[in-house]
Formats: sequence, C-alpha cells, structure tokens
Amino acid sequence: MQKYDAIVIGAGHNGLTNGAFLAKAGLNVLLLEKNDYIGGASTSRELHKNWIYSNASYVSSLLRPEVYRSMNLAKYGLQVVPYGGNATLSRDGDYIGSYVDPDASRREMARLSPRDADAKLRFDRDIMRQSRFIRKFLLRTAPDPTSFRPRDLVEMFTMGKEMLKMGEDVIYDMMRLYTMSISDYLDEYFEHPLIKASKAGSGIIGSAMGVMSPGTAYVLLHHAMGDVDGNMGAWGFARGGTGAIASAMADCFLDHGGTLRKEAGVEQILVRNGKVTGVALQNGDEYQADIVVSDMTLPRTFLECMDEKDLDPEFIRKVRNFKIRGSSGKVNIALDGLPEFTALEDNPELIKGDLHVVDSVERLERAYDDWKNGTWSKDPYLDILIPTLTDPTMAPPGKHFMSVFVQYVPPKVNGKDWTSDLRDQFAETVFNQIEAYAPGFRDLILHAEVRTPFELENDIGLTEGNIFHGELTIDQLLFNRPIPGYAQYRGPAKGLYMCGSSNHPGGGIMAAPGANAAREILRDIRKPNTVPEGWMDD
Amino acid sequence: MNRISGNKTVGVIDYSSKDHYRTKVFPSPFYSRQEPLNHLKEWGRWADYLSPRAYTSADMEYFACRNACAVFDLTPMTKYRISGADALAYLNRLVTRDVEKIKPGRVGYTVWCADDGRVVDDGTIFHLRENRYRLCSQERHLDWLLTNAMGFDVAVEDETHEVAALALQGPTSCAVLKKMGLGDIESMKPFDIRFFDLENTGLMISRTGFTGDLGYELWIEPQYAELLWDRLFEAGRLYGIQPMGDEALAMLRVEAGFIQANHEFLNANATVRSSHTRSPFELGLGWLVHFDKPNFNGRKALLEEKQRGHRYNLVKLDINGNKPATDSYVFTTGKKFAGTVTSATWSPSAKASIALATLKAPHGRPGEEFLVEIYYQKELKWSRVMARARVVEGVFFDPPRRRQTPPADF
Repeated sequence: MQKYDAIVIGAGHNGLTNGAFLAKAGLNVLLLEKNDYIGGASTSRELHKNWIYSNASYVSSLLRPEVYRSMNLAKYGLQVVPYGGNATLSRDGDYIGSYVDPDASRREMARLSPRDADAKLRFDRDIMRQSRFIRKFLLRTAPDPTSFRPRDLVEMFTMGKEMLKMGEDVIYDMMRLYTMSISDYLDEYFEHPLIKASKAGSGIIGSAMGVMSPGTAYVLLHHAMGDVDGNMGAWGFARGGTGAIASAMADCFLDHGGTLRKEAGVEQILVRNGKVTGVALQNGDEYQADIVVSDMTLPRTFLECMDEKDLDPEFIRKVRNFKIRGSSGKVNIALDGLPEFTALEDNPELIKGDLHVVDSVERLERAYDDWKNGTWSKDPYLDILIPTLTDPTMAPPGKHFMSVFVQYVPPKVNGKDWTSDLRDQFAETVFNQIEAYAPGFRDLILHAEVRTPFELENDIGLTEGNIFHGELTIDQLLFNRPIPGYAQYRGPAKGLYMCGSSNHPGGGIMAAPGANAAREILRDIRKPNTVPEGWMDD
Repeated sequence: MNRISGNKTVGVIDYSSKDHYRTKVFPSPFYSRQEPLNHLKEWGRWADYLSPRAYTSADMEYFACRNACAVFDLTPMTKYRISGADALAYLNRLVTRDVEKIKPGRVGYTVWCADDGRVVDDGTIFHLRENRYRLCSQERHLDWLLTNAMGFDVAVEDETHEVAALALQGPTSCAVLKKMGLGDIESMKPFDIRFFDLENTGLMISRTGFTGDLGYELWIEPQYAELLWDRLFEAGRLYGIQPMGDEALAMLRVEAGFIQANHEFLNANATVRSSHTRSPFELGLGWLVHFDKPNFNGRKALLEEKQRGHRYNLVKLDINGNKPATDSYVFTTGKKFAGTVTSATWSPSAKASIALATLKAPHGRPGEEFLVEIYYQKELKWSRVMARARVVEGVFFDPPRRRQTPPADF
C-alpha cells in the first residue's frame, strides 16, 4: 500500500488548487477524481462532435488573480476573456441592456427611467463599498470570534480596521445587505420594474431562495465582487470553455510532481484513534496519508465518505442540517446557427453577454413558488450565454454553443427522484421559454445536454445540485461556514482538512477555499507557505 | 455623423430610441461648426457629447481668451429645470447658501451636500424668473434632486439636451456681443441674466464663466445653435474670436482658482470610501454655508464641523520654477507629508507654476511654505525636484475687467 504526504479527494478547481500548493511545498500529493475527466463543475467536454461545452460552470470573474498568477495559469494555457454586457428581455418585446460603455449603459437605463440611471451611481457605490471590503478577506482564513489565540484576535482586529477604513456607515450597510431580500434592497435604489428585474437575478442564482427571501441581497454581492483584470463586477469566458481553468490547474499540479488518479472514487476516509490514516477507494484500493483533504461538499465528505461512529453527534447533526438545497439546472446546446432574439433584432453587442428573460421581481418570485411546490419553474429564470460569439475555439465557424443556466429546478420532483421522462419535460420547458423570445430557436438544436440537480449531484458530486456547495446565507458565511467551529478548513479528525466551496469564502470558481486550506495545512505541518497573500489593495 | 433625431428639437439626444447604443458619443448641436475648425481632430468625451480637446493649439486658445475672446461649447454641462410654487424653498433646502438672495435675473454659485455635510456637487443657480430656476452642474443628480423634492410643490426636469450653450470669454467679449446688436449688453453686471430677441431665437445671456475673466455664457434652444455660432463668429471676426477646447479651459480655471468635480472633490453620493469625500469647509467654500437660513441638507453636520474643525484645507500654491506640479505630493519644509496637488498648470498670465492642493489641516495658512515633489522629463531622462511652494490668497490671475461694468472694448 502506497503512502503519500497528502491525499486530496476531488479534482475540482479547489482540489486542484489545494494539491498544487501542497505539491509546490514539496509534498508528495495524490489527487483522486471519481470521474474519467477532471474539473468537477469547471469542466469542458465534447459531447457532440466538434462542440466543446462548458458543462456546468460557464463564466469566470471570481477566480482570485493572486492564485491565477501564483499557479502560473497563463503559462499553462489559461486565458480569461471578458465579454460585453447583458440584456434582460421582457414579454412585451422590450429589454434593458447593459453595455460595456458606461455612458451607453446609463442612457439605456435612462430610456426606461432617467431617475434610475442616476440612482445607479448610488447603487454602484454601495455594492462597490461592500465588495471592496469583502475582497480583502477572500484569501484569508476567517477568524474564530470565540478564540483568544493571538492569530484570531489579529484577524478580528484587521477586519474591524478595514471596515472603519470604508467609513463607519459601512457597518449599517453591511448588516442590511447580508440580511435583506434582493427585492427590498433594490427598492432602495430603483423604481422601474424591468430595471429591478434585471438586477434581481444575481440575488437568486444558485440559491433555493426567492427574490423576496431575506438573505438574497448578499448573493448579488457574491456575483459582483469579482473582476476581470481589475474591472470589478465584470465577467469573462475561459478561452476553450470553463474546463480550461481546471486543465491549466492540473498542469500546474502535475508540473510540481503531483500524482493524479482518475476513476478513483473514494469509498471511505480512514480514521484511527482520531487521526486520518488514508482513504479506501470504491474499487478496493487503499492509500495511506497523514493528511487527507476533501474538495467534496460538506455532506458528501462526512455523511458519505466517513464512518459516522468516527464523528461527534452534534457535528453530524450540523452537517445534516447544512443548507445545500438544489435550485438550478443546466442545459448545454449545440446550435446549427445563431438564434435571433426578437427583442434584440440585430443588436451585435447585447447578444454577446448574458441574456435573461424576465420582466419583474414578482415574476421571479412566482418562479420560486414552483420550486416550493416541488417542481421546476414553468416560467423559469434563464441565464443564457453564447460563448461562441466571443470564443472561436468551442464550435465550428458559424455554429454555436449556448449555455443555459435554469432557475428554479428542485433536487426531487414532488418528493420523488428525477426520471429521464421528467428530465425531457424539463428540457421542453426550457426550450419553449427560449423559443418564445427567439422564434426558430428549436430548429437550430443539434444536440443538448440536460442537467437537473440529479445529474449535477451524480455526475460531479454537487449535493442536491447546489452549485455553491451550500447556500450563501449569513448563517453559513465567514466564521460560520460551513459550520461553527470548523471554519478554518480543519475537519473533526487530526489530519483531515476541507478545501471545497462549502468553506469560506464559498462557491464560484474562486480557488480561495483551496488556497486557504493549503495555507492552513502547511502551517500545521510547519512547511514554508506557498500560498500567495491577498493583494489587499482594494 | 450619426445623430439620433430628437422628438422635440434638433440636437436632443432621444433616450426613447433603443438604437442609442450605435452612437456611444453624440455630436453637440454646434458640431457642424466645430468640426471644420477642429484641425487637430482630437475629440474628447464630455458626458454624452463630443468635446474638442483643442481645435488648433491649446496654448493659442488660452491666449485668445486672455487677449481677445474665445468660444467654448458647454452644452454637455448638466442642466436641471426647477419650477413650481416651492422652487425657492426647495432650492434653499437643497443647497448650503441662501437662495433667497439670488433675485430674479441673477446667478449664484453654490454647493450642495448630502445629509452628512459632504459635498455632492458645486454649480450655479440661475434665477430665470419667479418660481423658475436652472441648476447647472458637472455631475448628474436626478435621483438626488427628486429625493429632495419630497414634500415640496416643485417639478425637477433634466433639460441638459434641450439647451445649447456657448461660453464667450475674454477682454473683447462684450465688444463682440455689442457688435452682434445685443442692445445695452454693457450694462450687465457680473452674474446678471438677460434675454434677447436675436431673430426670435429667445437667446439668454448671463455674465458668468469658468475663466476668471470678462465673459458671458449664451443659452439657446438647440435648433438655433448653428445660427448663434454663425452670428457670434461674424461679429467677432475683427475682435480676435477663436474657438477653444477643454485643454485651454483647464489652464484658465486653475488660474481663476475654480474647483472642479472629480479633481478637487468627488460626488459624495458616488464615493466608495466615505472618508474620501469633502465638506464645503474643506474646499474653502465656508462662505457659501449660510447657517442663518432655514434648514438645509447637511446643516447639522456642518455646524458640528464648524465647531470641531475640519480635516483638510484646499489651498492655492505658488510653486518655484517652471515645472507644472501635476499629481504631486506636498511636504512640509521638514519633509513630512502634508497633502497632494489636485490640479496644476503653468500659468502663462501669472508666469508661475500654480496648483490647487488639498492639505491636511491645520496646514494651509496663507504664506505657509511647503516642498512639492515634481517629476519631470528632459529628452526621456526623468528628474525629480523638491520645489519650494507658498500658499497664496486670492486668485493667480484676476484682471479688473472681470468685474468692470460697463466693460471696456478690450
């Protein structure tokens, strides 16, 4: 039986990041991936000949530039290209667009409401204020507020200091932003229903909450705090599909001497006398290590890959109650040509960005009602992108790949498991929704990959299909993420660590949990730190 | 040039058209006249409009303004129409100065603050007639102005694109307007407003400007913009009239000691770091804060600040040598950090390197001396000088003709 210095479970982007920084520190690292492809949610696969999909995650903004640079991802072929703008299409044929040019964007808002166009300055200020604050803590371990260890006290003090730098009133704003619904929050700024609807979507993406649920305002911040080359709030495509991020990371990992094993699903994390000793694979193989790092979701790590007898009951209860509800699906479509969205006619700019179909905050809330009733939304919220309008590498010239993120989709339908028949009906709902805004769209479909929460869980291990490895609500953020007392990447057994998005600072392709966990591991085993400090320059 | 036709008058940018995105920056109503004169073909962007950076040479345009007269297109400036029975009461609550003192037919410079006494913007209030005002500013504030309108019988409308405007500035400017046949123009005092028939165009003229010189601003409906430009240049032909771009104006306004949004201060409603905003006292505008008028935005905070003292002083620096102190740090003579330069230029009229600077209080007393760190290049070789500088009172260039009524012909 082979012994490694560390075993990382899951070749998602955080597992790859974690493994790379451990390997950089000279550790002999084994990275185990259950699938025959790597990347987890950051994967690009060719499921239809000559078409590369971004099968799950499809855009990039949150990836920490410090990690990007430190892992030399550019050298390993990664390029993130910003895309322009977005548009929200309403049923009556109107739309609200957001252009790369700020003046054009302002005029577009003024077209619907001159007042809202100016109120956007205030909105941007308040979102930027919170973003600039929180960004400083993405590459830092959350302090334990109950601890009197000097390190936690220093971190608490740093947080207080940074907060005051933004001005005392940022504290009021913060309490409000983290607890309000996106609907109430937007009412503080805007009056036009379509303008509000266009911004509300960011508050619910990936969350089993409605636009009127408290806590959704923060989800908007989570989508706004990233950047592409310093342009805050901008999003981009990884050239070649989102899988390009994982493959660049894997090359970095391998370059530093790491060992990657695919089709190596873990059956159990082995623990003896409160210490991890290694892992047992589903195929019966066993590997030894004093350090085992899980990139899996919190429930998957502890409820599926550990013996509950090795864990404390209170801990197990908290893991069981961790909110990780599935709420979204993903449909990837190979298109024979470019669909024509009636509202956008020949607008060559807006069609390159995110397209949403919704007119009002109320319509979004109704979509959530379906989820509560145990079924997918019959009038779903869609985030549609056509990356091939920007990226020439993903489909033959003139052909297109369309990525459709669908909200809301429940993990079970009326309490029962998804079936292929139900999945087909769900796909019909999505196709019809797009067809309503882009007549003729259906005729262009060559192939489609339809992923409900069932596929997201069973293919790539997202528990219940939750894209963030756990809801991004204040009760599960910062020193409470994933659960109180375990926010510093250390599990309940010695040598057991967690590096996935269930941990601070949460989901999205950020690579921060993976990097932060590596820093903590190297600290525990007294190895030189290979993980970059945050630039703290916001 | 693609101009989106307006639904009311020529030159109005029509926000109701979805096609606006095809034109990211719009020609001003004067574009047909500016374009052939813009020999450099250097256009900047000012809000929605193309704005010439310089037509032929910024220096020559500067001297046209100080020596004869120069014409600057200020159409892009934000303009709000404020009307209604409570217009005066509304403005008095919005801004820090006592608007009651701005009588019909007069203009007043003012500043306005957020609740916390931090400056939102500065600008001018035109009292056009009873219950009817125009508020001009650099930034846009419709949301803030409408929020302030709660409880008042007042209408606030953006009229930026409904009014074309030219500044005619310089010693021969009055003579040019006389030549245009605008009767009795010479009796206008600084900050006066008058209306003229001018071929039934309804021309409005104010004796105002951003150059610190004798000068006027001419306001007209966009459909008559070209007519106004033509009449002005015909009349000015023998008086040295020249068009002037942004670069010359930037020199002129620093000589005149005028502050500008996004240089000396930021809109408090749009500033991410709230400590980076400024109060009127910190901008040297305490004289515009009238505590003896009815309640106004920021009053409580400003009263506290007046007692407690403020954090910064905005000063004018006269700097040794001939290098402009652009973006420089300012140190005490003991080489301790004291502040930063916010605007700087070589002053061709004062023959001095001059600057506006924000210094940490209590620094900034008149006559106080500092060292200004200036980086400059000679044929690709960079050098640094710690130039001595002195805080001066009054403006760097202040010709008597600025206030003289009636003005001389040159």
